[in-house]
Amino acid sequence: MNRAIVRLFAVMMLLFVVLVAFTSRWTVFSATALQDNPLNKLQTYASWKVKRGKIIAEDGVVLAKSVPASGGIWNRKYPQGSLFAQTIGYSDEQQGSSAGMEQFFGQQLSGHKSALASVFGSFGGAAVGDDLYSTLDSKAQALARKLLDKPGACGPNPTPCTGAVVAIVPQTGAVRVMYSNPTYDDNDPNKYGRDSDCEPNPFDNGCLVNLALAGRFPPGSTFKLVTTAAALDSGKYTPESTFSGDSPVTISGRPLQNDSNHSYGEVTLTQALTDSINTVYAPLGLSLGSNLMLEYMRRFGFYSTPPLQYPANEMSASGELDEQTQKLVKPPGPCTNYYNCVDLGRMSIGQDKLAVTPLQMAMVVATVADRGKLMEPRLATKVVDAEGQVVESFPPVEEDQVMKPKIAAELQAMMRDVVEEGTGQSANLEGYQIAGKTGTASTAVTKDGQPLDDAWFVGFPIHDPDIAVAVMLENIPEGYGGTYAAPIAAQMIKTLQAEDR
Amino acid sequence: MRARNRELFGLVPAALLLTAGFAAVFIQESGKLSNVSLVYGAIFLGLCLAGHIFIRVTLPHADPYIFPLVAVLACFGLVMIYRISGATEARQQAQWFVLGLFLFAGTVMFFRDYRKLENYRYLIVIGSIVFMVLPRVPGLESATQTQTYGAYLEIHVGSVTFQPTEFAKIGLVIFLASYLRDHRQALAEGRKIFGYRVPPLKHLGPVLLLWGVAMLILVFLHDIGSSLMFYGGLLSIVYVATQRVSFVVIGLVAFGVGAWYLGTHIPHIDSRVQAWLYPFKPSLYNAQSGSSYQIANGLFSQAQGGLFGQGFGQALLTVPGTHDAYVPLSDTDMIYAVITDELGLFGAAALLLIYLLLVARGFKAAMLARDSFSKLMATGLSAILAIQVFVIVGGVTRVIPFTGVTLPFVSYGGSSIMANFILVALLLLVSDRARRPTTT
Repeated sequence: MNRAIVRLFAVMMLLFVVLVAFTSRWTVFSATALQDNPLNKLQTYASWKVKRGKIIAEDGVVLAKSVPASGGIWNRKYPQGSLFAQTIGYSDEQQGSSAGMEQFFGQQLSGHKSALASVFGSFGGAAVGDDLYSTLDSKAQALARKLLDKPGACGPNPTPCTGAVVAIVPQTGAVRVMYSNPTYDDNDPNKYGRDSDCEPNPFDNGCLVNLALAGRFPPGSTFKLVTTAAALDSGKYTPESTFSGDSPVTISGRPLQNDSNHSYGEVTLTQALTDSINTVYAPLGLSLGSNLMLEYMRRFGFYSTPPLQYPANEMSASGELDEQTQKLVKPPGPCTNYYNCVDLGRMSIGQDKLAVTPLQMAMVVATVADRGKLMEPRLATKVVDAEGQVVESFPPVEEDQVMKPKIAAELQAMMRDVVEEGTGQSANLEGYQIAGKTGTASTAVTKDGQPLDDAWFVGFPIHDPDIAVAVMLENIPEGYGGTYAAPIAAQMIKTLQAEDR
Repeated sequence: MRARNRELFGLVPAALLLTAGFAAVFIQESGKLSNVSLVYGAIFLGLCLAGHIFIRVTLPHADPYIFPLVAVLACFGLVMIYRISGATEARQQAQWFVLGLFLFAGTVMFFRDYRKLENYRYLIVIGSIVFMVLPRVPGLESATQTQTYGAYLEIHVGSVTFQPTEFAKIGLVIFLASYLRDHRQALAEGRKIFGYRVPPLKHLGPVLLLWGVAMLILVFLHDIGSSLMFYGGLLSIVYVATQRVSFVVIGLVAFGVGAWYLGTHIPHIDSRVQAWLYPFKPSLYNAQSGSSYQIANGLFSQAQGGLFGQGFGQALLTVPGTHDAYVPLSDTDMIYAVITDELGLFGAAALLLIYLLLVARGFKAAMLARDSFSKLMATGLSAILAIQVFVIVGGVTRVIPFTGVTLPFVSYGGSSIMANFILVALLLLVSDRARRPTTT
């Protein structure tokens, strides 16, 4: 019988080997697949128990924090609410959804990055996330909201403006202001799925969209900065080059006029920018050609998702947009139909199919302000753990030298003329030598035939260019950038500079 | 070294495990647990020592490794229960352990000559079968979780819950060992028909009866796991007694056919099989009854463990912010999933190795035994212990459909602890007799 017992034991051993094999299968070989299984909520549950780190503004104001709820879990609170909702986004651990910086920095905020993950597992576990220090300035952000919400700020209608304000430190790329109207309360993001829930006013795209990053608008004449940079930096023209400023001209077989069909006679390029003369810039763009225009657009960051610390799916790339396919087309475009054919002349004055984010225009003006050097825009400077140790920092990164510093200086002087004696005079504050460019892009016509415009202004203080601002206000009747956007930009520059002193 | 000294030495790992485990859990959960709970750890250690001294006096020649292995398992189980359910349940478990030790001592004292059990074999088998179907007797059936999970494995007498199958398995092993001691020759020989030995039907009867009992368990208790455990243990005895593989093959085929037929006709068993086959099917996972929630979550928990585990106290047992169990029955049927989660593949494999060593010592006792009854009984007890581990761990790891049997000595629960102590007492009795120096 003993031989049979030995054989029986061998069978039992075999059964145990099967058990170890299956345990190995679940713990090691299929572990990743199991962890990725949509039914597996363990990661989600674990995140409920993590005290996410704070998000702190540059001036020390807490933008996001976690407060204890019953049962050992945490609730996310946004003390600033709708003021920073578009930019900070939200993190709803229970729903497993997140947006904005909360999503992009999710790993750091929930402590996964700094946790000592070893083969021995995480002893004690990371129950506290790291704090995120942001570049955003709560006071200037509040001013942006105040200026956009002021009755009459966007025409006779007393409703608040729809639009965005972006302010960037040109030398470092630090984003100090990013405000977008309408906004929502990120303490309760699920409430704002429908347009009617938006505050302060309804908007076509719902209000969870951050217009500064995802909204695409015709840039109007602010785009002439790109055309000018291409004209000067390529060496083909100088600020003193002369052009005919007569209106109208024929572009792509259709007549193009200046504002009020005004004819300026023979003008220099400086004058053409100052008075935003379309009939100079459209032929200028055509003479530069598709390749050169595309080259400079790309250098400024067009045609690629901005290198910002933000979820890529919440940002838009800027450029000529095919409305049918919702894809960007590069000049001259395949030109197989109207929608993918680039009208280079009209593109050069910021019309045609150009669709540009406020962030992109802020990057353009910041580049000019920083002597032609484009810095990567960034929203956070560092990640600090619970013990106060810096675990990750985000130093300034140079993206590209878009144009020669000398050319940037020439462009700066031209932009100063715009504010001093051209279309941007309402941005001319005493004691501040603001340089800038207006933009007025006709977009739509109301039911009663009133034409609507997007009003733009991009600018910076030329004497001390430590801030660059882009303001975009949407759908204003006769919405000249010089009338509506320029004063807001000037106020922003004034306040941001006063804060620094 | 003398056998008993080796045994004492073998208790050192158990002591270390208990001390380290309790300390780790205590540090981890110091907010929730009181100092007093540490005392129970110390008392438990004292009990192990008392058990050793008892064996030293009464069973001086018994296998020196069986008791320390059991102590390691029990200590490990106590630490896990302390961690999973808290001090109250750990204290309860320690109390069961005390009762178990008394039963152990009682078994050793009363059945010093365990062979007199043979005289009562028909009483034992009838008693066991009656005992087993008790959960279906009106008034005794359990209204607790086990029944809501669809199987009938518990009875209620007053406030005490009882799992008769745990005890019945021992009774059936004793009966079969005794019966086959008498009839194995006849079973093994038989007449040759077409070159194949067919045992006389009258001797085959009890073996067929076994099959019937297994099917009975399926029909009455709705539990494929218990059924498999009994049947596997009993087939093991038949195999060792007759040394004929054909019995095992025929037996397994018959079981398979029966289980398949009944499985597809009893909704509860069918849903267990479905959950086993498709644990990640969302409709099954979210189903109100017959859900795969438990088995799938058990697998997710194991995936968290990796090679070395997340560490004591790290497994998620309840859905945060609620009192809903993430892994239902985490201190009994599902305890292996929690062990794997916290101690990883290596920890789980180490646990299985301890069981295998215990089983090996049981088989060793069987091999050393000098009479057939002792051999068959020790074989049966060891095999049924091994198969019980296979059934529950196999259920948790999705080798077979998940069913509710306990992980011996580790799972929370009195019936299991007490029954398994009787099992160990019988093994030690066989071993002591086998290793006793012959006085020639």
